[in-house]
Amino acid sequence: MDFLKKNIDKIVGIGAFLILALFSFRVVLFLTFSPPEENSFMATAYEGLGIEAAPVVDRPVEHPRQMEWSFDGRFGHFDKAAVRRGLQVYREVCSACHSLDLIAFRNLTEIGYSVGAAKAIAASYQITAGPDRFGDMYERPGILADTFPAPFDNPAAAAISNGGKAPPDLSLMAKARADGPNYIHSLLTGYVDAPVDFVPNSDTTTYNPYFDTWEIVMPPPLFDGFVEYEDGTEASVEQMSKDVTNFLMWTAEPNLEARLTMGFSVVLYSLVLTLLLFLSMKTIWRRLKP
Amino acid sequence: MAGKKNTGIKGIIDWIDDRLPIFTLMDEYVGPAYQTPRNLNYWWNFGSLAGFCLIVQIITGIILAMHYNPSAAGAFESVEHIMRDVNYGWLMRYIHSNGSSLFFLVVYIHVFRGLYYGSYKAPRELLWMLGLLILVLMMATAFMGYVLPWGQMSYWAATVITNFFTAIPGIGEWIVEWLRGSFAVDNSTLNRFFSLHYLFPFLIVGVVILHIWALHTKGSSNPTGIDVKKGTADTIPFHPFYSIKDLFGIGVFIVVFAVFVFYFPNLMSHPDNYIQANPMSTPPHIVPEWYFLPFYAILRAFTMDISVFGVTLIDAKLLGVLAMFGSIILLFFLPWIDKSKVRSATFRPLYRIFFWVIVADLFLLGVAGAMPAEGLWIYLGQFGTAYYFLHFTVILYLLGKYEKTRPLPTSISEPVTK
Repeated sequence: MDFLKKNIDKIVGIGAFLILALFSFRVVLFLTFSPPEENSFMATAYEGLGIEAAPVVDRPVEHPRQMEWSFDGRFGHFDKAAVRRGLQVYREVCSACHSLDLIAFRNLTEIGYSVGAAKAIAASYQITAGPDRFGDMYERPGILADTFPAPFDNPAAAAISNGGKAPPDLSLMAKARADGPNYIHSLLTGYVDAPVDFVPNSDTTTYNPYFDTWEIVMPPPLFDGFVEYEDGTEASVEQMSKDVTNFLMWTAEPNLEARLTMGFSVVLYSLVLTLLLFLSMKTIWRRLKP
Repeated sequence: MAGKKNTGIKGIIDWIDDRLPIFTLMDEYVGPAYQTPRNLNYWWNFGSLAGFCLIVQIITGIILAMHYNPSAAGAFESVEHIMRDVNYGWLMRYIHSNGSSLFFLVVYIHVFRGLYYGSYKAPRELLWMLGLLILVLMMATAFMGYVLPWGQMSYWAATVITNFFTAIPGIGEWIVEWLRGSFAVDNSTLNRFFSLHYLFPFLIVGVVILHIWALHTKGSSNPTGIDVKKGTADTIPFHPFYSIKDLFGIGVFIVVFAVFVFYFPNLMSHPDNYIQANPMSTPPHIVPEWYFLPFYAILRAFTMDISVFGVTLIDAKLLGVLAMFGSIILLFFLPWIDKSKVRSATFRPLYRIFFWVIVADLFLLGVAGAMPAEGLWIYLGQFGTAYYFLHFTVILYLLGKYEKTRPLPTSISEPVTK
């Protein structure tokens, strides 16, 4: 009752607002003569630039399957073995089309490789370097400071070899999509037969209900037993997809563990500090009491 | 000072203060000499919190600028370089990006506190207007800062917002080219936004100094809205009472801040901004940061040209742009629209109701701004916009004139001791 009395103005206010909203909605409906979609600001903004807004598809996209990941939550951490398996899948499957521009071979020491092992992985790639003192480019084995070489020389070359659309760089993929890790895993394992009434816009695409147009240029990339894991794990599609997701979460947010660890101390420390400040405040303000 | 001469540290302080009275100034501004109303509630913490946010943004921003590369070819990669290779670069960047959101949250609460308690009324009109000027500068700074990572949302936000100015009849296109330094948003736009993004915070510091100067000239307002009598039981020294209270507020704020930075660092940003800017590909929905959403809704609310006998006087686009800028400019005139002699909503029963309605209205506008401009949301955005202008013109004017206010206490010590 006391709460009601105290907050009567807020309750009346919000109530009045809702009633006003309903009434005005009716009024505005009658007052608006031209169909708003034709004149909306965004439409004119696009027109002014000669830009065509990306077509909005009104088919509902499947929500990503909600999985449990080791990196979720306040005490999240990377499952290093899974990340390394994911790297293997990337190297043997994804890297045929997708670049990984932001990851250098030196970074591999963060997921459990020794410096020697990282050097060996680097050296297995040929990197274009130069120009040398004659002005020529040359090939040399990769070193720790190099990043993973891209499969194509430039976006145009990538597009022409892949049905007209360049495969996106994967370094940040886990953060560049809503609900990133779940999205990646759902997409990779989400290839199913198209419903009978589904009419594709293109014959080079594959049906995938997790992709925003339901039509993805990437054909199903994973098949059972596609890679042979060094640690003997069975390479099912589900397993490989999970491992790649773990790997891509690491490439997108390599400092996740440091962040969560520091966060715990910072929150704890600032809570104690705030409590002390609160007690100091109470003590000082007590001086005012008559 | 006459008679007894201090020695040691105190002597040095006296010597400096005699030539440059900086210690006297501190004493009068944040020290025991600033007589502050004794009844300030926690809503009065948000001024000092805003100052704290500004300092955090400037410090982290200066560090980020040391590693950032303001070029269309290198900006995106240099931000990732900060996130990966710079020691604690990820921390600096997450503090800076989340800090801007929390800065706006704090400032919006500060503004609403001013609205509720009538802090904008005489004799604090200039104080209010300087505060609004800070808000406008903040908006410009935040927008330009959002462009710097050069992600998809950065690029398209820059395109849409600079496009506002095409609405100006005749010279619009010319102004947009001048603003961008090019025919489309590109490297030259990024360069100047970086330069201005570094400059504006220091302009804000300048206006903040004026804001605090104006505050101390007339003194803080208080929840009862009645004038305090200085040197009576009405007032207490700022230090230690409010200095410790402000520090406690900052402590609570740091806890909230830390939870965002360490546990939800990307909650308030858009996934598309982790995709490098691509002029050839438009995201399906271009959405501004949450703190611009109500204004974005106002911008999009106008769907009809104003025509007389078939001649278009003002087209819908220009109307939207004018309304958006007008929605803030209108607030500068608030002290003269709302003429009620009573400041605090505590003693204005009707104003209190309308205050919560306008709060709800801004939430509605925020949601309408986030939704794609289609269907019901267009009408809700239009209604919210109409009500916004109605509130700050007609409703406030009529309330100021006809509202029957409750009797005011004779001094602020009275309600405190009761």
